[in-house]
Amino acid sequence: MATTSTALAGRPAFRQRGRQAAEALKRAPLIPLAIIVIVVFTATFAPLLTPHSTTQPSLADRLTPPVWQEGGVWEHPLGTDALGRDLATRLMYGGRVSMLVAVFTLAIGGGIGTAIGLVSGYFGGRVDAICMRSADSTLAFPIILFAILLVVAVGPNLANVVVAIALVLWARYARVIRGEVLALKERDFIARARVAGCSHLRILLFHLFPNTVNTLLVLLTLQVGWVIIVEASLSFLGAGIPPPTPAWGSMVSDGREYVDTAWWVSAIPGLAIMLTVVAFNLFGDWLRDTLDPKLRQVS
Amino acid sequence: MQRYIVMRAGQSIIALIILSMIIFALGRFTGDPIILLLPQEASQETEDAIRAHYGLDQPWPVQYWKFISNAARFEFGVSIKSKRPVMDLIGPKVMNSLRLGLAGMAITLIIGIPLGVLAAVKRDTFFDGGAKLIAILGQSLPQFWVGIMLIQFFTVQLDLLPAAGTGGFTHYIMPAFTLGWWVAAAVMRLLRSSMLDALDGEYIKMARIKGLPEYKIVWKHTFKNALIPVLTFAGTYLATFITGAILVETVFAWPGLGRLVYDSIIWRDFPVLQTLVMMIAAVVITVNLAVDIAYAYIDPRIRYN
Repeated sequence: MATTSTALAGRPAFRQRGRQAAEALKRAPLIPLAIIVIVVFTATFAPLLTPHSTTQPSLADRLTPPVWQEGGVWEHPLGTDALGRDLATRLMYGGRVSMLVAVFTLAIGGGIGTAIGLVSGYFGGRVDAICMRSADSTLAFPIILFAILLVVAVGPNLANVVVAIALVLWARYARVIRGEVLALKERDFIARARVAGCSHLRILLFHLFPNTVNTLLVLLTLQVGWVIIVEASLSFLGAGIPPPTPAWGSMVSDGREYVDTAWWVSAIPGLAIMLTVVAFNLFGDWLRDTLDPKLRQVS
Repeated sequence: MQRYIVMRAGQSIIALIILSMIIFALGRFTGDPIILLLPQEASQETEDAIRAHYGLDQPWPVQYWKFISNAARFEFGVSIKSKRPVMDLIGPKVMNSLRLGLAGMAITLIIGIPLGVLAAVKRDTFFDGGAKLIAILGQSLPQFWVGIMLIQFFTVQLDLLPAAGTGGFTHYIMPAFTLGWWVAAAVMRLLRSSMLDALDGEYIKMARIKGLPEYKIVWKHTFKNALIPVLTFAGTYLATFITGAILVETVFAWPGLGRLVYDSIIWRDFPVLQTLVMMIAAVVITVNLAVDIAYAYIDPRIRYN
């Protein structure tokens, strides 16, 4: 009798949690999610999805308008640029650059920032003061200048762009995670872990870090959009991934000369940036509301 | 208070020194400057002589000291592209950038503050929704693209506004709007949430009970308090403005410092770029210092922390 009652008592709780998850999923923003899936899918499988080359010029097709405009052809659904290269193809490959940069910068910048935030919040004192002062200085500095300087000095390539953006990105993680740790370290389970003889490293890695994962996930999602915009700005200014590799920012820049004759060359890659960034931001907002509503102030 | 100012100023100086070291180190990465100065067929003796002439045979700390003392005298070397002293290039552009920057900030205040207040006061109405949309777009639209689309619409289609360069009032409209909008979105979001917090305060209830007119409650009692968190981010906003100015001046061919940054990227003109970064950093660090001191003056809690 006792066993059945505990089993019954356990079940509703379990069911309730399942129901909560289902509820949250029902409220998931479907359109942003769809956009994210499309961008990631086309970026990953670009070589299989298009017969065109990203770099091979085809002057006979130059400045073909998109298919819904007069003169458009289905072979180039979104039209071509001034060198006759298929815009849809370049858009997919450009998405690759954006996604790669986002993944690497978030992994590096987020990783370093989280580590600094954990250490800074846990140990406090002078370590904390130095870390947070550096983070504030970083946040108040027009970082794109620094990225430009680095890229001009060392040369533009994917690795340098990633390093430049990550050098700036860490600060926000450090700040937020530190705040989180400050609250967590006062809790009983940390005191008990210490009493049980855990080392500092063990407390940081196995007791504090897992409790910051929700925050970290939200922050990572909300920053994808920011990274995409910074990367696009750099490549727009000629300090990003060098041509002829397509990147969304440099594609917008390519179209600047043709605003009066071929609007689509600039407009379409810009739209891609906007839709992707909006999608990640809305998805991040939803994730925050679902996982951790108290984070509202953070972003 | 004095102690706080001295400490905070010390931090700013350390930040500047670290930055100058980074810039100096990056400068070494651009390659041996001697290669740019020498003709290809120069002999070893000429190379050594020129190296000694420019002090490039000295150890790095000595070279760094020379770099710093030159910088203090506003001597930043010669532009690779135009072969003119860097300061001659920068000087005439400062005012242009300042004018555009002020116009952009004016737009930020004109859009950001009323909308932020309106969105909080008329919470969950049409205004709030509109403000939210503007905030989302402000965060998601790449500035350079907005500039190009504005040119597309107002210059190419409607032929109303000039697309490039300086001149009369009309030249300011599109660049200033593109520049100001981004920060306006951020100011608006922050002001909305801090207004909502402030409106919840006991003293607001008290003011209502006293029977104060609503406009007085909103503007005098709530707004003033809600503005403080917004002011804290002044340094971050300035950084965003400068980033924006580089992009906006590039799009609208505005003859300012931002455009010069772009040109020096295209020409890989490191002497010009390092000077610009150094100068802008000095301005940013000084402004942040001023903001922090002003803030400590307003709010005693900061001084003693």
